Amino acid sequence: MSCVGIAGYGVSIPSYRIKAGEIARVWGEEEGRIVKGLGLSEKSVPGLDEDAATLAVDAARRAVSHAGIDPYDIKSMFIGSESHPYAVKPTATIVAEAIGATPNLFAADYEFACKAGTAGVINTYALIKSGEIDYGMGIGADTSQGRPGDALEYSAGAGAAAFLLGRKDVIANIEGIYSYATDTPDFWRREHAIYPSHGGRFTGPPGYFKHVIGGAKGIMEKMGTKPRDYAYAVFHQPNGKFPRTVAKKLGFTAEQIEPGLITPYIGNTYSAATLIGLAAVLDAAKPGDAILVASFGSGAGSDAFHIEASDLIDERRNAYPVRRIIENKRYIDYGTYAKHRRKLVL
Amino acid sequence: MKPGLPLLWRRTKERYNLIGSKCESCGTHYMPGRAVCPKCRRKGKLVEHKFSGKGRIYSYTVVRVAPEGYEYFVPYVLAIINLDEGAKITGQIVDADPDKIEVGQKVEMVFRKIHEDNPEGLITYGFKFKLAD
Ligand SMILES: [Zn+2]
Repeated sequence: MSCVGIAGYGVSIPSYRIKAGEIARVWGEEEGRIVKGLGLSEKSVPGLDEDAATLAVDAARRAVSHAGIDPYDIKSMFIGSESHPYAVKPTATIVAEAIGATPNLFAADYEFACKAGTAGVINTYALIKSGEIDYGMGIGADTSQGRPGDALEYSAGAGAAAFLLGRKDVIANIEGIYSYATDTPDFWRREHAIYPSHGGRFTGPPGYFKHVIGGAKGIMEKMGTKPRDYAYAVFHQPNGKFPRTVAKKLGFTAEQIEPGLITPYIGNTYSAATLIGLAAVLDAAKPGDAILVASFGSGAGSDAFHIEASDLIDERRNAYPVRRIIENKRYIDYGTYAKHRRKLVL
Repeated sequence: MKPGLPLLWRRTKERYNLIGSKCESCGTHYMPGRAVCPKCRRKGKLVEHKFSGKGRIYSYTVVRVAPEGYEYFVPYVLAIINLDEGAKITGQIVDADPDKIEVGQKVEMVFRKIHEDNPEGLITYGFKFKLAD
């Protein structure tokens, strides 16, 4: 049986941006300290009529057109998010309906902080690998919020990435998967709470670093590979700093990780962050390039992938490359931002 | 006036994917879809048609005093779109500066939130338009 791979992908990022300096101005913080401390200078902000479902639909439609398949052949739909529009009522059915994949498919929502998107991709991979279905879609989509004035307000962005997996005509093969999870209280949001709570500095070492390193080392051990065997590495990117630090700890170079570092320009897109990084790398990858991917979700866990670009990647380039989507932007001030995020009550 | 739940649900397909109808006898496109072609009457043969979502602005207005449920959006652009296939429909132009809208500009369909009843109510999704790249 042939390998399971990526038949197409799509990314969606809202066009609104707010600069870190504009948020800092409102809270009397020093712009330079924030930009240096978080390694990001601006973030994406959803429009008033955008949410995780609309971004997911946009990304999913792009993935279907990239793959060039009949959407009716998609037999599973998983969406990971920590900002599903409804507490009860699936996002996956909205997206499946909007791309024309209903009614003969399996649809479900996932929730696992920032790794819910890769959780969906892993389950899509499993269904196809088992021979149960030929095509399935895994999506990470979020429009997350940070409490006004909290450090998270500078980084919580919005975006979605959809990966359409299959066996035929893939642009990249998923050669192996590995996951790592423990019960770690680094970040949480209770039901009915608008903003999340987090463990401050505690989120770093026992949360992000321990799990991303666990996932990345695990996949390399399983595949018998070393950092130098990869053309690219993509790590979850809650800010611009953590992925650069974890890459160094693991022995990856700046050349391997910079092409997949997108958070510095759009903020942390949570469930979409790792997948948008992977999409950016696939936009540039050449046939035979190996890519290591390790996501992270608080609470906590990491899903890791070993992916290899196929010979088809050159002739099947995406019509909406990530770096071009990022350039389509318009800046808003803090007042407009507060209106967009409904921090103002009418 | 707000349509009831059954009507909203029945129109999900046309709202999500811009599905109307086309008369196979005379080639005219309709959005929303029709059961009878007014040109051909009994000789008409109507079939479901999924529009490409591409078109041009035929006419527009800037809304500054919003109806209930749209207060956050002001000022926003409401336009009549001439779809490439020939039908005309009304839709909001999103992510655009109202001062920069002109008749004849190319637009394409996007999927957005149309309406939210209240924090506990249903969210209605469907097509809107943005200026084409
Ligand atoms: Zn007719």
